[in-house]
Amino acid sequence: MISLAGRDILHSWSRFVLTGFGLGLLIGVTLTMAGVYRGMVDDARALLNNSGADLWVVQKDTLGPYAEPSSLRDDVYRVLLGLPGVARAANVTYLTMQVRHGDSDLRAMVVGFEPGQPGQPEYLLAGRQVTRSHYEAVADEKTGLRPGDTIRIRRHDFRVVGLTRRMVSSGGDPMIFIPLKDAQEAQFLKDNDAILNERARTAANPALNRPGVPGLLEAVQAAQNASRSVNAVLVQVAPGTPPESVGAGIRRWKHLQAYTRDQMEEILVAKLIATSARQIAMFLVILAVVSAAIVAFIIYTMTLGKLREIAVLKLIGTRNRTIAGMILQQALGLGVIGFLVGKTAATLWAPVFPKYVLLEPGDAARGFVVVMVICTLASTLAIRAALRIDPATAIGG
Amino acid sequence: MNGLGIRIEGLHKRYGSGDTAVDALKEVEMTVAPGEVVGLIGPSGSGKSTLLKCLGAVIDPSGGRMSIGDEVIYDDGWKTPDLRSLRRDRIGFVFQAPYLIPFLDVTDNVALLPMLAGRPNPEARQRARELLDALDVGHRAGARPSQLSGGEQQRVAIARALANQPPVILADEPTAPLDSERALGVVRLLNRMARQFRTAIIVVTHDEKIIPTFERIYHIRDGRTYEEAGQGKAPD
Repeated sequence: MISLAGRDILHSWSRFVLTGFGLGLLIGVTLTMAGVYRGMVDDARALLNNSGADLWVVQKDTLGPYAEPSSLRDDVYRVLLGLPGVARAANVTYLTMQVRHGDSDLRAMVVGFEPGQPGQPEYLLAGRQVTRSHYEAVADEKTGLRPGDTIRIRRHDFRVVGLTRRMVSSGGDPMIFIPLKDAQEAQFLKDNDAILNERARTAANPALNRPGVPGLLEAVQAAQNASRSVNAVLVQVAPGTPPESVGAGIRRWKHLQAYTRDQMEEILVAKLIATSARQIAMFLVILAVVSAAIVAFIIYTMTLGKLREIAVLKLIGTRNRTIAGMILQQALGLGVIGFLVGKTAATLWAPVFPKYVLLEPGDAARGFVVVMVICTLASTLAIRAALRIDPATAIGG
Repeated sequence: MNGLGIRIEGLHKRYGSGDTAVDALKEVEMTVAPGEVVGLIGPSGSGKSTLLKCLGAVIDPSGGRMSIGDEVIYDDGWKTPDLRSLRRDRIGFVFQAPYLIPFLDVTDNVALLPMLAGRPNPEARQRARELLDALDVGHRAGARPSQLSGGEQQRVAIARALANQPPVILADEPTAPLDSERALGVVRLLNRMARQFRTAIIVVTHDEKIIPTFERIYHIRDGRTYEEAGQGKAPD
């Protein structure tokens, strides 16, 4: 038996392919939306992997440093280093801000780290690590910066000495790594006018500017202007030590919050990007419904255009299941074309997206199944219409 | 097939019931021998289409008896529940317009019926090519219906009707869209095919050009048939 669906498709292939192309773009958007979600999760995991930490120690009762603000004194890491099971501990700061580059600016997460310690970007694409104590930076390639470029963060210029990859915040902003002291200053140090203002206010406070207590005012002002805070301490535990046991000790005795890697992943994936995930899920549902409506409309219209032929086919003895099969095959064919176009389109345009789009083969396979199911469901309307056609209509009168 | 091609006895068809009932066919009597082409003529609303639909097994008569060859197919009820197979294997249809399947080429339009009957594709296509050659459209075997003239399309439609070698062909105004010359050409073909394949052909027509070509004519009026000898001026 010949394939009626195949012949019909070949007969009007240009209309079919164009329709499939349009549907494919919609499927491409759907796959891309799924890829955006996967990218966000993968970015979160990359962020955790690249930090090189087993524990994130943050301010008590916060979900910091990525999900909530967290502030710790920068000498806390010394205390942590003294705990049993802790191999390394290092301060880090995170601040999302606009960074000037020439005449333009770019949004980035500025990370303060201590060279050679946890928090340093592990892999470089180009250039070298930060070796000087001040005013050098390593940037993620998504910033568009190149080694040798100069960027301005707050009051200081930094020279980009290296490039890294897949180092982005949970919001998708590329990271720029600078020395910790510079980052602390960028995050916590006020501008000159504010410092002058603060000094004047302090000097006007009789409790802090007592006559006969020399040095008190200067000490208070120095304390006010010091940048002694960090957002988190990254801890690496000694080999064979369970991170959770070390974390429990930190929570119990140091009045700090310590998250293991799994807990931090839970915060990033389940809490931080949960709203985005729901947003994307809504888009996926809407796109699926729109795709189904389009396929149903197209297949239904194509079927209505063949009423007489279907009546003749039924009159000359074609089985209902052959006619239903023809319509179903056309719907599935449309789905296959749409999926191939969509997958190709998504693969082509994914790298252009500002955020990382991760197109997983598993998602593509699931997407294909969903497209086939949608096409099958969408064809039922046309199949019902075709099966209702009376073969007697082929005979005049 | 021995004896008669198709025999219809006391066939009637009633639409609706009670006070609104309409008897579209009343006591239709008709016989057509194998190899014979008869005309069925009647004014609009006389019951021609209803009769054709009953004969074509697309609507149920209300009573009567129909036989194809020696086999009774309807006797106050269909003898087989599978009317689709009955239409496919025992009855050929030629319509006012050819109604060829536009997405199949000429060969497959004809071969489709044997394929639907379960014949292998090569055998079905061989049968189609033989019929197309017999109807002088073999040279258009690979063309699409849209590439054929009206006359060629009607020849292909006749070939399709003959594809499963049915004992009966029902032709519903097959010459209506054609000019005189082509209309007579179609009648010539139907006569030739009827003789060649021993097929009983009933031609429903209004076409004054072809009415004189029938040897026998059935008039249908108010749901009843009346037989009349025709002029039998079959075209050469």
